[in-house]
Amino acid sequence: MKGLLTLAYKLLVNDRAKFVALLVGITFAVFLMVQMTSMFAGVLSRASSTVLNIGARVWVMDPAVNTVASSIPMPDYVADFVRSVDGVKYAVSLYSSGALVKLKDGAFQPVSVIGLDDTSLYGRPPMELGRIEDIYAENGFIVVHDSEFEKLGNPKIGTVFELNDHRAVIVGIAGASSSGLFGIPTLYTTYTRAQQYIPSTRFTDAYILVEPKSESDIPHIKAEVAKLGYLALTSEEFISRISTYYTYKTGLGMNILIMTAISFIVGLSISGQTFYTFIIENLEKFGALKAIGAKGRELVWMILFQATFVSLVGLGLGIGLCTCVIFLAKLRMPNYAASIVAGNLLLAFGMVIIIAAISSYIGVRRVLRIEPFDIFRG
Amino acid sequence: MPDVAIAARNLQKWFGEDAARTVAVRDVSFDVYLGEMLYIVGPSGSGKTTLLSMVSGILRPNEGQVAVEGTDLWSLTNDEIAEFRLRKIGFVFQDYHLFPRLTTAENVAIPLILRREPWDESVKKALTYLDVVGLKDRASLPPVKLSGGEQQRVAIARAMIGQPDILILDEPTASLDGDTGRNIVTFIKEQVLNAHRSIVIVTHDARIYEYAHRILNMEDGQLKGITQGQASAK
Repeated sequence: MKGLLTLAYKLLVNDRAKFVALLVGITFAVFLMVQMTSMFAGVLSRASSTVLNIGARVWVMDPAVNTVASSIPMPDYVADFVRSVDGVKYAVSLYSSGALVKLKDGAFQPVSVIGLDDTSLYGRPPMELGRIEDIYAENGFIVVHDSEFEKLGNPKIGTVFELNDHRAVIVGIAGASSSGLFGIPTLYTTYTRAQQYIPSTRFTDAYILVEPKSESDIPHIKAEVAKLGYLALTSEEFISRISTYYTYKTGLGMNILIMTAISFIVGLSISGQTFYTFIIENLEKFGALKAIGAKGRELVWMILFQATFVSLVGLGLGIGLCTCVIFLAKLRMPNYAASIVAGNLLLAFGMVIIIAAISSYIGVRRVLRIEPFDIFRG
Repeated sequence: MPDVAIAARNLQKWFGEDAARTVAVRDVSFDVYLGEMLYIVGPSGSGKTTLLSMVSGILRPNEGQVAVEGTDLWSLTNDEIAEFRLRKIGFVFQDYHLFPRLTTAENVAIPLILRREPWDESVKKALTYLDVVGLKDRASLPPVKLSGGEQQRVAIARAMIGQPDILILDEPTASLDGDTGRNIVTFIKEQVLNAHRSIVIVTHDARIYEYAHRILNMEDGQLKGITQGQASAK
């Protein structure tokens, strides 16, 4: 079999023009598919950045909430109720809102403000510079060092700006595992200070962050919260809810899906057509092999090998090209939202396998139909 | 009486059905003997190629039997027939059907590769056969760089490398000039034919009739007669 596959390999690779055309087609298709889905994955990841960065196990929210940014404030008694539920180790309120800061140069910059529970600072970010306790200092704010950081003029500890006519001072710089979706910097302060600085609605608890005593307590907590008319989700469920919202309710997912499908069709068209031409041009040769003594299944193996080989090389090149483009794009635009995850790669692999299967199916049909007698007849 | 290599009995082949039926070969019987060079001749459309295809295990007859070295060829499965062709029969096609993307040596090695012999060993063995046909120095060239006569010799080397008992040649001189054609047939007769091998050639090139032991004359799908060739008379 190795000799047959070597023969198939040489027939494919030595036909440089066709081989390159096949590679270009599949590489281009894979590049587009991975690029599209990577952007989508990046968007979804960023849409859930607050959930990831805060790190709470269970989030309690209004049932109408679809994304972190679109929180619906809840009355104070919800937090009290949640604390009283069996299985809750502790529960704290989280403030989340948008605001405008006035920078030293007079420019205004929208920011996202997270107000942590004053007592526990539950959901605190990992510090890069300064101490988390300094958040209690007068006018203290901690800025997140993410891709939006420079929009605040690359602040340092001690940098002063205005927030709703209040003086605000940077007392620490925090890291973040994920940047936000909307391209605005994030500030942390205490819950109380956030309430004082930012004009608020009647209720101010955006979320209630819950630490259960054990994983087995979560279903009970969810059930009790539901009885009150609110929703309790684990962090994974909340991320999934956000993903579902962006995927199915914003048009973003559909557009990405359409672009991915178009990429697939383009790839299939180019490689399918080229592979079919390759088979047609070699049809007589396959017929000659049959006449000499090659069995039908051996020719099928040869064609499958050719289709699989060119598809996998194209897959590798496409992923490599996409990785390079994303890497270069992130060098120029640090907030570029694209990330290659296992799902992208699996999707691209699946699509490429389908391209290989369809291309080889067409080829196999033609090759199996050719009769050695046709070779004699000329 | 020499040993029979191929025994064809009452072969019939038609294409299409009912009103569209065209009979290509009608009730043809003949033997091919070991050590013999047999020609099948006749005008275009007389059924030569169809007959050749039936006796070489390529085209299933509608009626009749073909026994090759005692094996009833058409009682075998398709895979068994393919394996039989690979082991017992060597083909030289009219248009050679060499692979332009392979080297000359790789082209010659194909039957061994189909027999699952290792690639490198097969190509190495191909060099020996290219040496026999006088083309060892062209081993690394693609066939398109060779002349028509040289390509024909490559095709012969490919047919010979598996050491088949029967060699089938379809119009081997059709695209060659007179001298080259005669040289090729002389070469086949002197270098390829032996007491354990039979050669069947389909041709309508009268210039090479002199090399045949016997000649089958086909006309309108029927065997019009078998004549002794000049080689036999000599």
